[in-house]
Amino acid sequence: MSVETLLARPLRMINLGLEVFAREMEAAGAEVVHVDWRPPAGSPDMAALLARLEDE
Amino acid sequence: MAVSVAAANREALDRLCRARPAWTAMRSAREALGLTGQSLLHAGPPIAWERMCGPMRGAVKAAAQFEGWARTAEDAERLAAAGEIAFAPCHSRGAVGPMAGVISPGTPLLVVEDAVNKTAAFTFMADGPWGHQLRFGAHGPETLQGLAWVRDVAAPAFQAVLEREGPIDLASLMAQALAMGDEMHMRNAAATGLLARRLAAPLAGVVSPREDLEAILRFVTRDNDQFFLAWSMAAAKAAARSIDGLEGSTIVATMARNGVEFGIRVAGLGDRWFTGPASVVEGLYFPGSGPADANLDTGDSAIMETWGLGGMAMAASPAVQKIVGAKSFADAVATTRDMAEICAGANPLFPIAPLNGAGTPTGIDVRKVVRTGIVPKINTAIAHARAPRMIGAGIATPPVEPFVAALTAFGEAYPG
Amino acid sequence: MPTRALVRRSFYQDSMVLMQAAAELRALPGVREAAALMGTPANHEVLAAAGLATPETKTATASDLLLAVDADTEAAAEAALAAGARRLDERTQAREATGRVLPRTLDGALRQIPDANLALISVPGAYAKLEAMSALRRGLHVFLFSDNVPIADEVELKRFAARQRLLCMGPDCGTAYVGGVGLGFANVVPRGRVGCVAASGTGLQAVASRLAALGEGISHGIGVGGRDLSAEVGGAMTTLALEALGADAATEAVVVVSKPPAPGVLAALEAAIAAVRKPVVVCCLGATPRAGAPGTWVTTLDDAAGAAAAAVRGESWAPRLFGDPAAVRARLAGLQARGSVLGLYTGGTLAHEAHLVLAPLLGAIPHRIVDLGDDEYTRGRLHPMIDPSLRESMVREAGDARDVGVLLLDLVLGRAAHTDPAPSLAAAIRAARARATKAGRALLVVASVVGTAQDPQPLAAQVAALEGAGTVVLPSNAEAARFAALALVPDLAARLLGGAR
Repeated sequence: MSVETLLARPLRMINLGLEVFAREMEAAGAEVVHVDWRPPAGSPDMAALLARLEDE
Repeated sequence: MAVSVAAANREALDRLCRARPAWTAMRSAREALGLTGQSLLHAGPPIAWERMCGPMRGAVKAAAQFEGWARTAEDAERLAAAGEIAFAPCHSRGAVGPMAGVISPGTPLLVVEDAVNKTAAFTFMADGPWGHQLRFGAHGPETLQGLAWVRDVAAPAFQAVLEREGPIDLASLMAQALAMGDEMHMRNAAATGLLARRLAAPLAGVVSPREDLEAILRFVTRDNDQFFLAWSMAAAKAAARSIDGLEGSTIVATMARNGVEFGIRVAGLGDRWFTGPASVVEGLYFPGSGPADANLDTGDSAIMETWGLGGMAMAASPAVQKIVGAKSFADAVATTRDMAEICAGANPLFPIAPLNGAGTPTGIDVRKVVRTGIVPKINTAIAHARAPRMIGAGIATPPVEPFVAALTAFGEAYPG
Repeated sequence: MPTRALVRRSFYQDSMVLMQAAAELRALPGVREAAALMGTPANHEVLAAAGLATPETKTATASDLLLAVDADTEAAAEAALAAGARRLDERTQAREATGRVLPRTLDGALRQIPDANLALISVPGAYAKLEAMSALRRGLHVFLFSDNVPIADEVELKRFAARQRLLCMGPDCGTAYVGGVGLGFANVVPRGRVGCVAASGTGLQAVASRLAALGEGISHGIGVGGRDLSAEVGGAMTTLALEALGADAATEAVVVVSKPPAPGVLAALEAAIAAVRKPVVVCCLGATPRAGAPGTWVTTLDDAAGAAAAAVRGESWAPRLFGDPAAVRARLAGLQARGSVLGLYTGGTLAHEAHLVLAPLLGAIPHRIVDLGDDEYTRGRLHPMIDPSLRESMVREAGDARDVGVLLLDLVLGRAAHTDPAPSLAAAIRAARARATKAGRALLVVASVVGTAQDPQPLAAQVAALEGAGTVVLPSNAEAARFAALALVPDLAARLLGGAR
């Protein structure tokens, strides 16, 4: 959805990373799903390869 | 890059999901695979005699005697050490072998064909009595007798049944078995029962004398709930072969272990193996055995997980949880959910009833394995490292490094 | 000096949890140093440098968690390690007890919430682009808290986002408000009619809190990260945000908070401002607007809030140096500070604003403003807005510094910040002032508090705690800086207070 639509709709969020943010969102009564995120296997170089190979 | 990974993977998932393997014939390895000379196939990625684990060496000794290349186990060992036996993975010929998985030219093989994707796959059945099975490395007189009996009595009988009945549909049998609580790798009890039901009357129609009929029926129905595993494996291999060499696809086409190394092959990377150390299997032991006796993870049966069954389908099988020592049903569901995170999709052929009929997670994507660090969990038997028997069952967690290496190789093979 | 360590295989925890775990370990009896880290190559070096590497720790891979403790005795080390392991187990059990299966990926989450519209991303910087691009590709807007993201990644993300008319808020975006929901470190402010575009988290917090104090509220506060107005990024998100707020029915006036834009970007920024057919207040700290520039340019954050509030009310507005000059005069009576100004700040933008206010006023008097949120102070530590201990020890030490006459502080409240920071900060202030007095000096402590009455740490009580320790609390950071200058340079009174003190 475009930014104009976003600003007019309730937020429905997905949290990747620090768990504290998901807890704060829940405490504020907002809809959020927390992802149990972990870094990819291999070295950080894999990030670029994974990004390239992730097709649209 | 010229090929879209997403499109290639969609095609791979399609092929895996529309496969309908059927059991069509019994053939010797010589006939079915063109295996000639002093050649043996084995489970897992390529490995030389010097590095083979105990069970596999035992199986080689059995096979060499069975073929008449050696008269004793010691002779067989000398032959192998002298480099006079050529070794290759079963997977190099479209076959799969459970545990040590050793196939020789005279081994009678199940032939399983998929008319939809036009592929075929091959494997061998259970052989000698408990404690004397080639797959666990037994190579004594009982083993050789068992091998000969299968070749001379059981296999021809099955061939006769197939000639009379036509191909036996494995896809629907396996779907039925899944609904009855099998996961098709460590729990095949329902499928074994369904197969026995399918074969009983036809066998009675083609086999004589009566002693042979009784022996064959006992072979199929005796206290071996895992009898159907051979058919499961060949069916999964037939399905997986449909994606071998599929250009641009990151879906895993093979997962296999030889007791020393774990290896994978990826659809878009053809015949290249990516390996890492075979894992310690975590599980439950039969009384009198423990981890100190255990061989590392072994066998081509990881082909089940490659086709979305076994560990991928744990939630379908409360019974297997007891067998492999999974902590709880909730744990099995969590494992299946984790597997969904690393797969391309779900196979509607195999709905998991406790998960509202969601299909089993199918098509392991190396990109997702690397992205999440989640590796496929493999339900498997535990072999004794130094004696020819099974000592337990559990869950093997393969190393992640082969998946990382495969993805790196894929990036090089398909530059942007 | 016994060191004990344990390794938990395939056990990942996020950086904030790890640093809290390390802080808890350090607080245990007999513990001299402690670490809780994932076994990445960089962390192994950190461990070795801290003298905490052991044969066990060397076996840890990047997906394994390490706890390492150095204590006075073996017993203390073992006890600390056991306590640390128990805490890890408690966290796992607490999560399992909820019975919820957490997804492991964005796609897994989308299966649970298919109509998600925003991804909050705070993964380590090396993976920020991977995750943010995935989210943008799936049509989600992104709030990107992660820092240490290469500028080339930021350019690629924002280029893609702008083409899809998606927001990519960040990298390095600490605060935002969308539809009344505060993201990241945010104060609880009412929904209202002022929209913000901010290149700074604490800048947005300060403006939003001030608007709340003036009886107004925020429609949306769009964070863009600190580099959006750089030459490379070209203001991609700032322009998109201005267009969106220009079109947003709930927004009646817009505030832009940032640093000065790169020269090549100024024109684009001015064009975007001019295209907004609503009052636009611009606070580019440190910039001097050219004559005829569109929008109302102000020099401080509180002026930005004041001008915006006036705009939505249709009132006229002029900058005021102090909201209540009489009260300031009363407070200054009898005060004569001597020496330099030391600023110990948790908000980078507030530190910068303080410097900009002080520099022209102090003349030859030295001032040193420290931004404790800067990388140099936050390596292996939580941000000072969460863990105040480093600043508090520096406050205490300021009492011994012979040349420091005025200590200038900020205190930032709000969600995700420390739950009750004022009491221990007040204790540190008391200690510092006592040390100075004992040495025959006077230490003046001046502060401002960014917060609202609805924040988890109610504003009035926090202010009261600081005042109880003898702190002079002003309503804004700019006023606090001016007060500090007045205390040192009485002659400024004519200029700043319109007459003698």
